[in-house]
Amino acid sequence: MTAPALRLENIVKTFPGVRALDGVSFEVMPGEVHALMGENGAGKSTLMKVLGGIYQPDEGRIVVEEKPVTMRTPMEAKAQGIVFIHQELSLATELTVAENIYLGELPRRRFGLVDWQTLYARTDAILKKLKVGFDARTIVGSLSIANQQMVEIARALTVDAKAVIFDEPTASLTDAEKSVLFDVIADLRGSGVGIIYISHRMEEIFKITDRISVLRDGSYRGTVNTAETDEDAITQLMIGRSLDLSRNTVHHELGDVALEVRGLSCGKLFQDVSFSVRKGEVLGFYGLVGAGRTEIAEALFGLRNPSGGEILLNGEVVRISSPHDAIAKGISLVPEDRKGQGLVLGMNCRDNMTLPQVDDLKAGPFVAEGAEVAIFDQYRDRLDIRTPGWRQTVGNLSGGNQQKIVIGKWLSMHPEVLIVDEPTRGIDVGSKSEIHKLIRELAAQGYAVIVISSEMPEVLHVSDRIVAMYSGRIMRTFTSEEVTEDNLIQAISGIRADRDAPVAEPA
Amino acid sequence: MTEASEKTPSTGSAARGGTTAATPAGGLSKAGIAGFLARQGILVAFVLFMIGFTLANERFISPDNVLGVIRSSAILGVMALGVTFVVISGNLDLSVGSMMSFSTIVVLDLHDQIGPGLAIPAMFALTLCLGAFNGFLVGYLKLNSLIVTLGMLSAIHGLTLTWSGGKNMDIADKAGTWFSVFGQERVLGIPMPILIFLLLASLLGIMLAKTPFGRKVYAVGGNGTAATFSGIRRARTVFTCYLISAFCVATAGLLQASRSLGSQNTVGQGMELEVLAAVILGGASLLGGSGTIFKTVIGVLILGFIQNGLLLVGLQFYVQYVVTWVIIILAVWLDIAAKRGRLLSPIA
Amino acid sequence: MKPGSLSTFLRTGAIWAFVLLELAFFGIVGDMVSTSNTPFLAPDNLLLTLKQAAPIGIIAMGMTLIMINGNIDLSVGATFALAAVVLLDSMSWPFMAAMGDWAIPLAWFFALAVGALLGAINGLIVWKTGVDAFIVTLGSMLGYRGLVFMYNGEQPTSNLNWTLVDFAEAQFLGLHTPTWFLLAVTLFMWFLSTKTVHGRNAYAIGNNREAAVNAGIRVGPHMLINFVIIGFLAALSAVVFYSESGSVNPNDGQLYELWVITAVVLGGTKLAGGSGNVISTLGGVIAIQVLRKGLGHMGAATETVNLVIGLILIAVLFLDRQLNVKGREALKT
Repeated sequence: MTAPALRLENIVKTFPGVRALDGVSFEVMPGEVHALMGENGAGKSTLMKVLGGIYQPDEGRIVVEEKPVTMRTPMEAKAQGIVFIHQELSLATELTVAENIYLGELPRRRFGLVDWQTLYARTDAILKKLKVGFDARTIVGSLSIANQQMVEIARALTVDAKAVIFDEPTASLTDAEKSVLFDVIADLRGSGVGIIYISHRMEEIFKITDRISVLRDGSYRGTVNTAETDEDAITQLMIGRSLDLSRNTVHHELGDVALEVRGLSCGKLFQDVSFSVRKGEVLGFYGLVGAGRTEIAEALFGLRNPSGGEILLNGEVVRISSPHDAIAKGISLVPEDRKGQGLVLGMNCRDNMTLPQVDDLKAGPFVAEGAEVAIFDQYRDRLDIRTPGWRQTVGNLSGGNQQKIVIGKWLSMHPEVLIVDEPTRGIDVGSKSEIHKLIRELAAQGYAVIVISSEMPEVLHVSDRIVAMYSGRIMRTFTSEEVTEDNLIQAISGIRADRDAPVAEPA
Repeated sequence: MTEASEKTPSTGSAARGGTTAATPAGGLSKAGIAGFLARQGILVAFVLFMIGFTLANERFISPDNVLGVIRSSAILGVMALGVTFVVISGNLDLSVGSMMSFSTIVVLDLHDQIGPGLAIPAMFALTLCLGAFNGFLVGYLKLNSLIVTLGMLSAIHGLTLTWSGGKNMDIADKAGTWFSVFGQERVLGIPMPILIFLLLASLLGIMLAKTPFGRKVYAVGGNGTAATFSGIRRARTVFTCYLISAFCVATAGLLQASRSLGSQNTVGQGMELEVLAAVILGGASLLGGSGTIFKTVIGVLILGFIQNGLLLVGLQFYVQYVVTWVIIILAVWLDIAAKRGRLLSPIA
Repeated sequence: MKPGSLSTFLRTGAIWAFVLLELAFFGIVGDMVSTSNTPFLAPDNLLLTLKQAAPIGIIAMGMTLIMINGNIDLSVGATFALAAVVLLDSMSWPFMAAMGDWAIPLAWFFALAVGALLGAINGLIVWKTGVDAFIVTLGSMLGYRGLVFMYNGEQPTSNLNWTLVDFAEAQFLGLHTPTWFLLAVTLFMWFLSTKTVHGRNAYAIGNNREAAVNAGIRVGPHMLINFVIIGFLAALSAVVFYSESGSVNPNDGQLYELWVITAVVLGGTKLAGGSGNVISTLGGVIAIQVLRKGLGHMGAATETVNLVIGLILIAVLFLDRQLNVKGREALKT
């Protein structure tokens, strides 16, 4: 029986008011790919910070090859053989590949000089092992994202790694790049390294991992052998109850076409896109990251200049030159990046919610604060936003409540067309199903809603029709009756499964 | 259903501060005296400072002295009001010093050529053009405000020297002009510069705190992208901030010219940094999105009273430089130390 | 983020092309307009230009490293003045006066030590308090200037030492002493920033601070060292300049920080940190000095120089942005 490469024993980490990790224990064997799963907020990132020497656990032990270790800095973690491949690349893009790989540990000669010869020789040896197409002297900023990730992996190989932790490594990779990454992971595992693989993508998890450990609300929910489980069981472990993601079957009465798009193109981002949404309808957009879904939304919201095609609102051709313009014409966008694009985190709840209409809410030359509070109260009740009051700084709310503020912000504008981009990204299960319900309700009230999502169950759950996108083009538009997981996946992978079937026209 | 959301720690937001942040968002709010000191530290320091100097020299708090201090701070103060808008919008304006020289020289020169009645609006128009140029470059072209206004500092200085031919500018008939009213008259016993400063501070303070425009300035400075995504025309907002800054500079130039009726080309030189010091002392963050006009006024008054207090206890004017240095660093340090919950920075 | 194409171009020599363009312009157009008999491109005139570029240039080398590191230093003008005061005043101290010319190296040492110390104070504050370098040095710009005044009131400090003057005015291989200092500092800083672990770490910190921290690079000491270096160089600049002039006003060195930053930005160093190099900064320094000298040669008043340099600075920023626009379909935020 070999010793585990890495073992966590009853790790506890508390912050004032919250128990972020509540007794987490699992082990990773040498040569094993071990998946770590959990909803956002389940404690994965806290656990990773504990493993990375950024946080100190309050209780519990970390054991590397049967040796208990303490790590007070990222450097100490690395010295113990625990290496991270970060989701957000932590590279100095202006420096060379070699300097990045040996960041903080440049080989020295006398007088503090860098020993370039040794540096380049060592780096090239590692790069050769990874079979990459660039050399040690390349400036990192000139590499593709996938190659930059290879640089991170190369960094892991510079130490005697016992455990390598991949944090959402495939988030921005193409399929070809993914398969290269999986090869590298296979090589690592072959050399006896323990691997922790964090991902939300079930298909990857089932493809490459040996065992799966699940966290929920900061506590450990068990480890299962990948071969002996299925997605439902894992989901059950992760959320502790089943999230209702049944297919949408209820269609509301449809009104007129609210928004129609004809042959819209935007450079290389998307081409010849045509679709329409009626009042009372939810139109889902599904596709891989980079398929052009968000970019279409941004073009409709006046954030990108289309290079061709036209947009019709209520049957009239319009030109939308800015978000200001889009809002005036009755289009609203709940953006993908809540913290970067949706909210001014340092502002209070009320001010965030009324921001788009602050020019209209006036009493004389001043902002009518009473009217603002009234709007805030109305949507706080309607959306069940949990906050001590409107004075609360938005940055202090949970992800779900933040998202509700953003949604409230746009509902209070009474838009004709509401576009929602990744409505439930990074929020907990409870809020998720509330937001799903809300989207259906909005359609019932006659809103035309466009939902963009990377989660297939979500799209299937909320949409009346689904647009499948691949590489900047619409492959097919499905009604909820004709869509299946299979034909949807094929469509977003660029396969036109049924060439004879007409590409569905808007109803 | 919502139990989870209540209980789940927002590890995401706790981690946002980077690898070194060890305190989660929840731990920031502080109660008690320490918290009050942290939040209102600058006001407390101001009061302590005033008490200290009053004990050292009772003349310090006399009405005459107080009015004198505010009066001599008025020009700096008026400029600081405008810069507050620019800083809250997330930008810098380093050109206000040389722009103030420009305004002063121009209005003095035009006074003798077209008379004060026309000279004043003409000077305001020209100064606003300079502000509009700043605003165009930073707002619409999205160029880095530090470099742009640094370039404008130099360029406007050149413009001023070209206008004056490098000579000092003096009004020919100093006794016979009503132009001196802005700098030298008193109304109800209060010097005009103070009245103008306070009037402008009230107007701009209300504008920033109460109007839609003010709200937009905070939003643009707090998160420009989110502001754009909320339909706020960011470029226009930034542009307007620079116009306000230029308007304040023109007013400051008017006060300066009216007070002295003659001026060197370099009268405002170096003031950009003193102004910025006052704004920062008031607690505005250089990152944008925070600060108020009231706090800026406090910042200006602190600088003014320090200078005055040191003179009264018999120290030279330049000692205030050193004291200002210490106070600025302490004020900003304590402010961010309170936010991160520890005194020393986590920089390794 | 992909580095700007113009900044890449600037780093690879556009600033030198600009210097050549200036030389050609002033050599041809300048000489036609000029009332002076000596051509602009006369060797003596060019050598003098280099010599006059030295005070700003020496500081600019330190500023380049500071900005690569992701900081800024606004206090260099005041440090320059205080070092100058110490240099000139210390030679009149009784025990120093008694040493004759041997007092010179000691006076230099005092001045340089004061510069390094002032830099260290900035660096320590930035490191230990975590206050932004812009604010810290904005404060010390006032504070150090106050110290200059406190030293000798509003009076100029003078001490003309003819040995020093001879040294400063000497020419070796045609180049003046200050020029040699500028070149030596440039070479040293080039070496430091490209060949040493400290230099490479400075780039890494400016480029991606979090990554540097996670890789175990100690950010604080590196920043401290860089502030010590720029303080030392500001003092060196004063030493070189005041050895010749022999008299310092308490207001000397004002606005130096602005000239220095202008030169560094012209040389293509980014304010955000992580990129830039001292050779291009040398180009920026020379470009500014040639411009001043050339406009003077054409009979333009000194004020035109300010106007032109300000506009050039903005133009460079504008061009850099125009060359980086990602096309019509880019996100408009």
